[in-house]
Amino acid sequence: MNSTKYSNTRATLAIARASFRSILRSPSAVVFSLAFPLIFIVVFANIGGGGMSVDVGVAKGCDTLNPIYKALAQNKIIKLIKDETPDEMQKNLAKGTIDAIIDLKPMVPMKPMQVNVQYSHASGDKGGVLKSVLNNIFYRIQSEQFKRIQQISGIPIPNAVDLKETVVTGREYKYIDFILPGQLGFSLLSSGVFGTAFVFLSLRITLVIKRFFATPVKRSSIVLGEAIARVVFALLGALFIIVIGHFVFGFTLIHGVVTVLNMLVLCTIGLIIFMGFGFTISGLAKNESSIPPISNIVTMPQFLLSGTFFSVSAFPVWLQHISRVLPLTHLNDAMRKVAFEGAGLGDVTHQLFILLLWGIGIYAVAVKTFKWE
Amino acid sequence: MANQSIITVKNLVKNYGDFEAVKGLTFEVYEGEIFGLLGPNGAGKTTTLEIIETLREKTSGEVIVDGFDIDSNADEIKKRIGVQLQAAGYYPNLNLSELIVLFSGLYGVNKTPTEMLEKVALTDKAKAKFKDLSGGQKQRFSIATTLINNPRIIFLDEPTTGLDPQARRNLWDLIREIRDHGTTVVITTHYMDEAEVLCDRVAFVDGGHIIGIDTPDHFIDELVAKGFERKKQVKAANLEDVFINLTGKEWREA
Repeated sequence: MNSTKYSNTRATLAIARASFRSILRSPSAVVFSLAFPLIFIVVFANIGGGGMSVDVGVAKGCDTLNPIYKALAQNKIIKLIKDETPDEMQKNLAKGTIDAIIDLKPMVPMKPMQVNVQYSHASGDKGGVLKSVLNNIFYRIQSEQFKRIQQISGIPIPNAVDLKETVVTGREYKYIDFILPGQLGFSLLSSGVFGTAFVFLSLRITLVIKRFFATPVKRSSIVLGEAIARVVFALLGALFIIVIGHFVFGFTLIHGVVTVLNMLVLCTIGLIIFMGFGFTISGLAKNESSIPPISNIVTMPQFLLSGTFFSVSAFPVWLQHISRVLPLTHLNDAMRKVAFEGAGLGDVTHQLFILLLWGIGIYAVAVKTFKWE
Repeated sequence: MANQSIITVKNLVKNYGDFEAVKGLTFEVYEGEIFGLLGPNGAGKTTTLEIIETLREKTSGEVIVDGFDIDSNADEIKKRIGVQLQAAGYYPNLNLSELIVLFSGLYGVNKTPTEMLEKVALTDKAKAKFKDLSGGQKQRFSIATTLINNPRIIFLDEPTTGLDPQARRNLWDLIREIRDHGTTVVITTHYMDEAEVLCDRVAFVDGGHIIGIDTPDHFIDELVAKGFERKKQVKAANLEDVFINLTGKEWREA
């Protein structure tokens, strides 16, 4: 018997510590929270944001000193392919693995340049892109010719178009700036839903919770201790992903550490809401094998519709309405605003409000469905 | 210390819907004894135990544990008892030391893992996981967790089920040792030979009623006095004695 006063805080922290150790040793938690998001980030960061490239075969005997050739070689979209035989090139053109074949004849002074281009139906609208790139080059060459003619003849040739181009200076929005918050959000969703549901179901089935109830520990301490462990683990994971994203892939953090802290606050809010789903599922599930299907009903639609991989605005309008209802959409929105636009938490109150509604809703359901025994 | 009551149960009733699992139990457990709750499956033993352990609500009746009423002072009772559940698991992925640390936190006491594991001879398993222990080791570890808060009473629900004779006898020694240190032990078992050698008093429960409560010796004497005779001549030793004699008394680790 002990005469010292019983400390709920100490009991809560004992559970948090035990749970944290247990999470660290569970391979699935580590894989879902760290490995998966990082793999997605690596893959998508290297795809380079779906930037377009047009593969153009260079025919045998093509004049590589030609200004058109030089202009093409400098164009970032155009990829010149020189190491294929004419035969291969024709075949690949027919399959659409190369988008066009170009053949430039050597320049003959005072004669028009001979340019032969073969396009392919197999490669969609990439031929059109090449066409407009070529037209642009032709226009520049022609303009120079006109200039020379003008100098020699003195006849003024009016410009057909007076083109004024300005570029607004802004930050470069890299694909990593889009994909990283999405991955972070999804990792929180799966960890919150799957992790919480599995832990509470298995603690219930194996009578661990019942044994806890034979000690003076409060129910709130059990829930709080588990929540603390999961939040701490998720925040460490998020921090790790943000740091890797920033230093390896150039993820934009406008206000540096302040931005990171804001993101971590958002992570915590998101995770707490997603854990509500986990609590609910642990109550609904009869055994461990029924957790994945029920959890997937919660996570899959959000994985696809909440702007994890591509912007919600790419969807048809009716689908966007669905997206706008899902909590992950708003977490992702808020996270991107904070990270890329430098918004503070006060600037994302709309998103936070919708998350709050979800929080109230899901915990109201969780309280009804959660089972201790 | 004889006959000083530490648990008093009066007219305890527990209904599950229309089913009456416990129908008015009344009994006392004395301080410092090993008290056996015996009876067939479904007799209401575990239900009774769990009500006394504050894990289950009773329908009616009165239960006093170490001077505290379970209705008004469940938290005080939890601090004074140690509970070993039938077939309970432990927090996943933790080793025995870490589990002891966890339970110390849950009970709010300062016990080192070594101190507790020494009591049940498991110090060499400090870094092992509960699931990797043998049956006997699991039961001994469970008993270690019941002792963390220096309880006045411990409850053991079928602690020897599934153990080999060596492990069983080893556990009896441990339970007697705990009793000798002044802790009251309440135990359930299906093995009458066990109850006979281990328990100071036993209560027979059947169909939700107590049908007898006394010392094992007295029960046996009573039955013999009624003219009961075993069909087979009782020998000076039984087959378990042969087993122990042939395989040795020292305990096998799985």
